[in-house]
Amino acid sequence: MTTETREPPAPLDSGFRRNDDASARIGDASARNDDMSGGDDGVSARNDVASGGNGDSPVAGDAILSVRGLETQFFTDEGIVRAVDGVDFDVLPGTTMGIVGESGCGKSITAKSILQIVEAPGRIINGEISYNPRPETNSSTDLLSFDANSNEMRAIRGGEISMIFQEPMTSFSGLHTFGNQIDETLRLHTNLTKQERFDLGVDWLARVGIPNPTQRMHEYPFRFSGGQLQRAMIAMAMCTNPRVLIADEPTTALDVTTQAQILDLLQRMQEENDMAILFITHDLGVISEIADEVTVMYLGKVVETGPVFSFFDEPKHPYSKALLTSIPSMFTSSRERLPSISGSIPHPQNRPMGCAFHPRCQSFMEGTCDVREPELASVNEAQEVSCFLYEE
Amino acid sequence: MVAGAQSGAESDAQLVGESDFEAEVEVMSQRQLIWRRFRRHRLAMAATVIVALFYSIVVFSDFLATNDPEDIEAARQYTPPQWLRLFDGFKPDLHVCRLVGSRDEFLRKVYVKDCDQKVDVQIFARGYEYKLFGLTLDRHLFGVNDPEVTAEDAIFLLGTDVQGRDLYSRLMRGTRLSLLIGLTGIFISLIVGTMLGAVSGFYGGFVDNLIQRSIEIVRSIPTIPLYLGLAAAFPADWSVERRFFAITIVVSLFAWTELARVVRGRYLAMRQEDFVTAAIVAGANQRRIIFRHMLPSFYSHIIAASTLNLAFMVISETTLSFLGLGLQPPAISYGTLLFTAQNVQTVALAPWLLIPGIFVVVLVLALNFMGDGIRDAADPYGS
Amino acid sequence: MLAFFIRRIIYAIIAMWAVSVISFVIINLPAGDFVTTYIATQLATGNLILEAEAESLREHYGLNDPVYVQYAKWFTRILRGQLGFSFEFTEPVRIVLERNLLNTLLLGTFTVVFIWVVAIPIGIYSAVKQYSVGDYVATFLGFLGLGIPDFLIGLVALWLILDLTGFLATGLYSVEYRTAAWSFAKMWDLAKHLILPVAILGTAGTAALIRVTRANLLDELKKPYVTTARAKGLTEWQLIMKYPVRYALNPVISLTAYVLPFIISGSVVLSFVLDLPTIGRDFLKALTAQDIYLSGAVILFSGWLTIIGTFVSDLLLAWVDPRIRLEED
Repeated sequence: MTTETREPPAPLDSGFRRNDDASARIGDASARNDDMSGGDDGVSARNDVASGGNGDSPVAGDAILSVRGLETQFFTDEGIVRAVDGVDFDVLPGTTMGIVGESGCGKSITAKSILQIVEAPGRIINGEISYNPRPETNSSTDLLSFDANSNEMRAIRGGEISMIFQEPMTSFSGLHTFGNQIDETLRLHTNLTKQERFDLGVDWLARVGIPNPTQRMHEYPFRFSGGQLQRAMIAMAMCTNPRVLIADEPTTALDVTTQAQILDLLQRMQEENDMAILFITHDLGVISEIADEVTVMYLGKVVETGPVFSFFDEPKHPYSKALLTSIPSMFTSSRERLPSISGSIPHPQNRPMGCAFHPRCQSFMEGTCDVREPELASVNEAQEVSCFLYEE
Repeated sequence: MVAGAQSGAESDAQLVGESDFEAEVEVMSQRQLIWRRFRRHRLAMAATVIVALFYSIVVFSDFLATNDPEDIEAARQYTPPQWLRLFDGFKPDLHVCRLVGSRDEFLRKVYVKDCDQKVDVQIFARGYEYKLFGLTLDRHLFGVNDPEVTAEDAIFLLGTDVQGRDLYSRLMRGTRLSLLIGLTGIFISLIVGTMLGAVSGFYGGFVDNLIQRSIEIVRSIPTIPLYLGLAAAFPADWSVERRFFAITIVVSLFAWTELARVVRGRYLAMRQEDFVTAAIVAGANQRRIIFRHMLPSFYSHIIAASTLNLAFMVISETTLSFLGLGLQPPAISYGTLLFTAQNVQTVALAPWLLIPGIFVVVLVLALNFMGDGIRDAADPYGS
Repeated sequence: MLAFFIRRIIYAIIAMWAVSVISFVIINLPAGDFVTTYIATQLATGNLILEAEAESLREHYGLNDPVYVQYAKWFTRILRGQLGFSFEFTEPVRIVLERNLLNTLLLGTFTVVFIWVVAIPIGIYSAVKQYSVGDYVATFLGFLGLGIPDFLIGLVALWLILDLTGFLATGLYSVEYRTAAWSFAKMWDLAKHLILPVAILGTAGTAALIRVTRANLLDELKKPYVTTARAKGLTEWQLIMKYPVRYALNPVISLTAYVLPFIISGSVVLSFVLDLPTIGRDFLKALTAQDIYLSGAVILFSGWLTIIGTFVSDLLLAWVDPRIRLEED
């Protein structure tokens, strides 16, 4: 039950690429969307969910990926670092969940925990990661019940759930040609012949917009520009038609123009393949462009989660508010000083008592915030916040 | 780079110091940080203690010795070690088995160990006279309390060599000379290496290129044939002191290159560091930048390189003298002591002649562990 | 790649010249020129050499010329293959060197193979299973191998074997094969005799290579491309062997050409202890007898061999990196 048996994806132009399967999925997705917001078709599901921000709150059972109580800790010589400390969120099929937070808040570790590729001395201590590729059958599996090196988990990694990374320049092996590296992914997850795999690789390079794809297959990564490498990485992640793509700051190392192109590409890929995206970034501008839902993390915990519009229009948590006011606006005068969040992120080992954000919080309430720890709770139909300001 | 991270953190802490929370963050100096990391390295700590013990032998070699290392008596050649015994039955009693003189089948005088008789060993016993810190002393850590002792009453803890000289006392002396060669060599290579390294890093360009190419050439020459060739070229009639300095220079011939490389590398890396730029922007002068900001960040690297070099020098001296090309008798060093064990038949007859080898191995291992520990502690990427 | 090649070849030539100067200096360092030594050796055997004869010898070898002329003459003779005369062996140096060349190369080559075969798997294991018991054992043995001088291991091994079996494990051939023609029996005999020297000579190299492999691999294991490979669904061993091991071993394997000359020159001391018929043993004899032409030639050639080895290693190292190999110039 773990991973559905798949037909080997054939080269796209041959016309029989998982046709039944793919269309079935699109159908499923639209069916689900009908329930939720009465949307029209699967491809625009993203927008529906986004616009339905004030409508029904998402039901966990619908999610393709549902993270509950995830705890990942690093056992260093200096002591235990709780990098991810009880994180909950859901990713709905065909939509984009954005995770935001300052660097060091545990975003990337959360992403790596989903695929169980956290490097030593990090270890997943607790939690549940339900992966449910077919919401209508409710046949979800807890990914954490698999051993990190088990066949089941490896079939999911790169096959069902792919990941792209922050630094395209160093994320490829410089000693192997690009063709060799994409071929490896296909060999692991399909039964195609060598020639078919090569053709599929060429096809994907073309789809992500790399010119001369056949020639590029034989070239080493150092011949690619940063933007091209990120496209190539997207091709390598997408070639197995994953249901979920985890993008760990995929645009951070790129210049602004390339950033925009990569975001467009990701959105196009999502629409064409009906795929959910977990998008990790510290860049709120990027989030506003690509995400349907936003989860804000601070020191390994979720402090706020909700639809992207609610987040930008009415942020609830003081940290979210602070984040948003620190974005330069076109309408403020240039002489005005840009507000910034006072203080800096404490070292995870010196986690403050109570609410971890209290030493930097504008709305700090003595005797409450520094004593008790708030819990994530709904404040309205769409948004959940972890803050005493909203406690009844 | 350690300093980079550290000083960076320091300045951060000062900048945001107005926040109450930040004020609680303790700021550690570069030295404290390295020391803390080094202390966690148990093996390196143990190694440091051993190295310290060896250096105390250098200072107190005569105090630790029991017999005059030069004292020859052919009759007691190759007497086996009389291991120090702490108990007689269950009674604490520091003693060794007595050596009893007898005649062998050729009627030569030989000494045989007889454990039915014992020689008492006393603490702070009187023995041969020696000089320490300008004082003439005759007290030794332990001995038989008789400067004119005869062979039968004397103690030879690690046995004797072909001329009947006490190996234990000679080993104490040998430790002194071998380590002094190493220290002198380190001193020479330190001066040459840091100077050339600093010049190379500071001026860059042509000078740097020239020095770097020379280092590459020197390093590309295989050490062993060159060492041997140079050592063999010294006239056999040179005095002990002259030969000592010549051999010291030979063993430090290559050591400086490593230091020059480390210093230059650190210097260049430092120049790029934000905290150096920050110091320049803040208007600090050149000397302050070098001594206050840059030097502290690489002296640990220099110590590490020197420690590893010292091990290499001890091995070099030992090997040269073992082959008869380094120091020559009557100089006593690990190498000249092992020189007497050159022949395997001799070793089979008197295996204790290899004991100086154990000292070499322990010292070299300790220096290696210590050097590695310092280097790890100074490495910003070490966890 | 071409520019790189040319730059390297220029360095190599300069280094070879520097080594030739050093060798020349060493040859001329001992007090008195070699004719004096020659006269002394001849005297010892009862041959009296007249002052006039000595003078003509000096003239022949140019010993009355200025130093740089002497150097130039000596260097041209070397390039023509005239290496001079060995007083210790009373033969031309060239003949002395050729006699044990094969033994020396065999010993060196087998040692390098031994080091590679033993050290690389241990190094990989040690890095992948960092802080495991096996890692600690390997690290400790590595330190031991580096810390103990070859001659001590050789001496202790020789003594233990003698003590336990009464067998003196010296030399490379049993007596009956020493002058025999090559046969399978002789090769087998040689193989048996090679085990001890190869293992001893290989300890330091093995120890060093374990450390290098481990350190390189540990660095590589932290690189982002490993995470990418892991996210593809490769098994841990598959991905380690394909990516980081290849990265870590490229430099290590390219170093073969560099290590071989060092092993050969390192075999001098062990050859003395184990009485191995190698150039190293002849070299030591030459040194103690101040037989300058023989020792000078050994220093010169071991230096040149090392420089050539370094040069080849540099080229190999550049070749395995596609960025340098494919660079157009």
